[in-house]
Amino acid sequence: MTAIPLLIVGGRIIDPSQGIDKVGDPFIAEGGIAWVAKGIEDLTPERYQILHAEGMIVCPGFIDLHCHLREPGFEEKETIATGTRAAARGGFTTLCCMANTNPPIDTRAAVEFIQKKAAAEGAVRVLPIGCITKGRRGEEMVEMGELAEAGVVALSDDGNPVADSRLMRYALEYSRSFNLVLIDHCEDVSLSQGGVMNEGWVSTRLGLRGIPAAAEEAMVARDIALAEMTGGRVHIAHVSTAGSVDLIRRAKEKGIAITAEVTPHHLTLTEERVIGYGWDNKKPSSLPLFAYDTNAKVNPPLRTARDVEALIDAINEGVIDAIATDHAPHEDVEKMCEFDIAAFGISGLETALGSLLALLHGGKIDLATLISKLTAEPAKVLGKSEIGTLKVGAAGDVTIFDPEAEWVVDPSAFASKGKNTPLAGCLLKGKVMATICQGQVVYKDDAVKLETIGRQTRVRG
Amino acid sequence: MRITNQKVEKAILSEPAPSLKQGPLRRRHILDLDDFTREEIELVLETADAMKEILGREIKKVPTLRGKTLVTMFYEPSTRTRVSFEQAAKSLSADVINLSASGSSTEKGESLIDTARTIQALGADVIVMRHYHAGAPYLIAQHVNVSVINGGDGCHAHPTQGLLDLYTIREYLGTVEGVKVVIIGDILHSRVARSNIWGLTKMGAKVVLCAPPTLVPVGLGPPAFPSVTMEPNLDRALGGADVVMPLRLQKERQQRGLLPSIREYIQFYQLDSRRLSKAKPEALVLHPGPMNEGVEITPEVAHGAQSVIEEQVTNGVAVRMALLYLLVGGAQ
Repeated sequence: MTAIPLLIVGGRIIDPSQGIDKVGDPFIAEGGIAWVAKGIEDLTPERYQILHAEGMIVCPGFIDLHCHLREPGFEEKETIATGTRAAARGGFTTLCCMANTNPPIDTRAAVEFIQKKAAAEGAVRVLPIGCITKGRRGEEMVEMGELAEAGVVALSDDGNPVADSRLMRYALEYSRSFNLVLIDHCEDVSLSQGGVMNEGWVSTRLGLRGIPAAAEEAMVARDIALAEMTGGRVHIAHVSTAGSVDLIRRAKEKGIAITAEVTPHHLTLTEERVIGYGWDNKKPSSLPLFAYDTNAKVNPPLRTARDVEALIDAINEGVIDAIATDHAPHEDVEKMCEFDIAAFGISGLETALGSLLALLHGGKIDLATLISKLTAEPAKVLGKSEIGTLKVGAAGDVTIFDPEAEWVVDPSAFASKGKNTPLAGCLLKGKVMATICQGQVVYKDDAVKLETIGRQTRVRG
Repeated sequence: MRITNQKVEKAILSEPAPSLKQGPLRRRHILDLDDFTREEIELVLETADAMKEILGREIKKVPTLRGKTLVTMFYEPSTRTRVSFEQAAKSLSADVINLSASGSSTEKGESLIDTARTIQALGADVIVMRHYHAGAPYLIAQHVNVSVINGGDGCHAHPTQGLLDLYTIREYLGTVEGVKVVIIGDILHSRVARSNIWGLTKMGAKVVLCAPPTLVPVGLGPPAFPSVTMEPNLDRALGGADVVMPLRLQKERQQRGLLPSIREYIQFYQLDSRRLSKAKPEALVLHPGPMNEGVEITPEVAHGAQSVIEEQVTNGVAVRMALLYLLVGGAQ
C-alpha cells in the first residue's frame, strides 16, 4: 500500500499494550507507526495528511477474533468486500474469519482464496481461521501443518463443536507442532438439540425449546481437561454463562493454557430481549406483538442478567481475554419468519463499539480495559506483536472514536449485507469516527476533518 | 348457576349497533390470556352465556356477523378447535374459509407472512391460526391488518381453550375464585396448561401442577405465578381439588427419553377412579382433548359422572362465538 503519510493530531491516545494514556499525535508512514509524539516539528515528508482527532480517543485498530464473512459459499449473506467495509465502519482493522464457509476452509486452496479475495477487495486485514476437522464433520483432523504454512491463525469448527472427545484430544496434541490455537464453540449438542434460546423462565413463557447453560459448561469443562492433559492451546469462543466463567477462572488459576472471548451482545443484552423488551428494558406485563424477535436469536443464546454480570466481572478480572463480535450476517428472509426456523446470529461489527461503550457509561468497565480487550489481548491470543499496538514499527492500524457521540442504529445504513441486529432503532453513545488500516484511512465519519498538506507548507506544532 | 348480562345479551340479539365504532373488546387480536384483564375475561364469559342460549335454540343462528369472513389457517391437525371455530362463525352468519397447510402455497415454499398477506388481500376479517411454531400468530399479527386469533401455537398458548375451561368451571362451580385446579401430565409441551395458568390465576384460582419433573418447564411457579405450586405426587396433589385436568401424553415423549415407559407413567400419573376419590367428591374432570384413554385417564373417569369433557366442547363453541362477536361484531 502506498498511503500518504498520516498525522493524527489532538486525540487522546490510549494504547494498553504500552500502558499509554496521553494526548499526542501519532504519525504513520509507509503503512506503519513511525512515532508518537507531541508536536510535529520533525515532519519531513513532502506530502502528508492531517487527521483532526481533537476530543476523540485514538487507539490501536480493533482485532476481531471471531466473525463470519460468509465467502465463499454464502455471498448472499456477506462477502469479504462488504464484511470488511462493515469492519472498517466498526473500527476493526483485523478480522479473523471463521471456517464455516462452503467449501469450508480446510485446504490450502481455500485459505489462499480468502487471502487473494481479501487482498483484492478487502478494506481491512483478513486472517483466515482453518477448520479443526475435514469438512467440519468432526471425523478426521485437517492437515494442520499445511494450513499453518498457508497462513491460518487458528483452527475452529465453529458452529459444529468437536463432539468426539478423543478427536479433540488428538487435535490439541497435534496442533502443538505448529503452535496453533484451537477455538472451540462449546456446546454439548445432545443437551442443546432443538433449542432456540436460553432455557429458563423466558423460554417457558414463550413456549420455545431452551438451550441450558449446562450445554456450554459441560463442553468448556471437557476442553479444559483436555487442554491440561495435552498442553495444547484452547480458546473458548463466545462464552455466555456464569458457570463457564467459573470454570475458566479455575483453569487459569491452575495455569492451564486457555483463553476466552465474549461478544458485545452477551455483555449487554439478556434473554428478555427475545420477548422484544426495549433497549431500556422496560418490561410490558404481556407479550407485545413484536415478541419472538428473531434478531435476538443467536447461538449461544442471550442469557440472564446474572450471566451478564459474571461476564462483565470476567472481563475486568482478566478471566476473559478478548471481546469478539461473532458477526453473523444473514439475509432478511432468514429472520422474517417463525422463531423456531429463523437463522441464529447477529450482525455485530458495526454496533460493537457503540454497545460496549454503554458499559463504560454505566461505570462497569474502564476505557483502557475495554480497548485492551479489542486490541492488545486478542493480538496476544493470536501471538502477533505487530497489531493491536501503537508501538513504533507496528502496523499502521488505528481506530479513532468519540465515546460521547450519540447515534441511532439504522440497519439499512449498514455496510454489512446482514441487517440482522436486535439494536435497530437504539440510541448508542459512542461512535467510530475514523479507521486507519496499514496507514490508509479506510473509514471516516463526515464530521472528521482530514486535510492534505503539500510540499510548501510546513506546520509548526 | 348462570350469570347473565342484560346489556350484552341485548347487543347481540339485536342487529349490530351502529353506534359502536369497534368491537366491545378493546383489542384487535387474541394471542394469549397474558394480556387479558379480569374484567375482559368476565365480559367474554358473560357474552358466552348469551351465545350458549343461542346454541340451545331450534334455529341456532343469528345474523350478527353477516358479511364477515373468517379464515382458519391450520398448520397442525386439529378436529375440535377448527370445527368449533367454524361452527361458532357460522352460527353468527359469518363466512368461513378453511385453509390447511397441505395443498396451499405453503407447500410450495411461501413464507407465513406472505400467506397471511394473501389472505388479508382476499378480504378476511379474522384469521384463526393454529401453528406448530410458538409465536407464529404474533408474527402474522405484526404484518396484517386483520384480527388474529391464536388457535394454538407450538408449546406457547391456546387462549380460547383457556377461556372455555374457565367458562366450564364457572358454569359448574359458580366461580373460579379460590378454586383448586390440578393440572396433570405433560406440562412441558402443553400450550393449554400455559394459557390455563394465565387465565386461572387472573381469576383467583389456585393451580397445582403434577407431573414427573422431566415434563415440567422451569419457572411456572413463583415469582411469576405466586398461586401456582408443584407437587409431583398425584395423590397428594389431588387432595381437596375442585377441578382435575389431565393432559394428553404423547407416546413420542417416551421415545425422546423424558419417561422410562408409558407403563410407569400410567402407574404413577394416570387419573383413575381411586385417585379421583382423593379430590373433593363433586370435583370436575376436564380434558382439553384429544384423549389417550387408558394412558393419562381411564375410560371410567373420562366418561364418568364427574367428567364435563363433552360439555367443554359445547362451551368451546359458545366462547368462540363470544370472542368473534366481541372482536369484530358491531364494528362498522
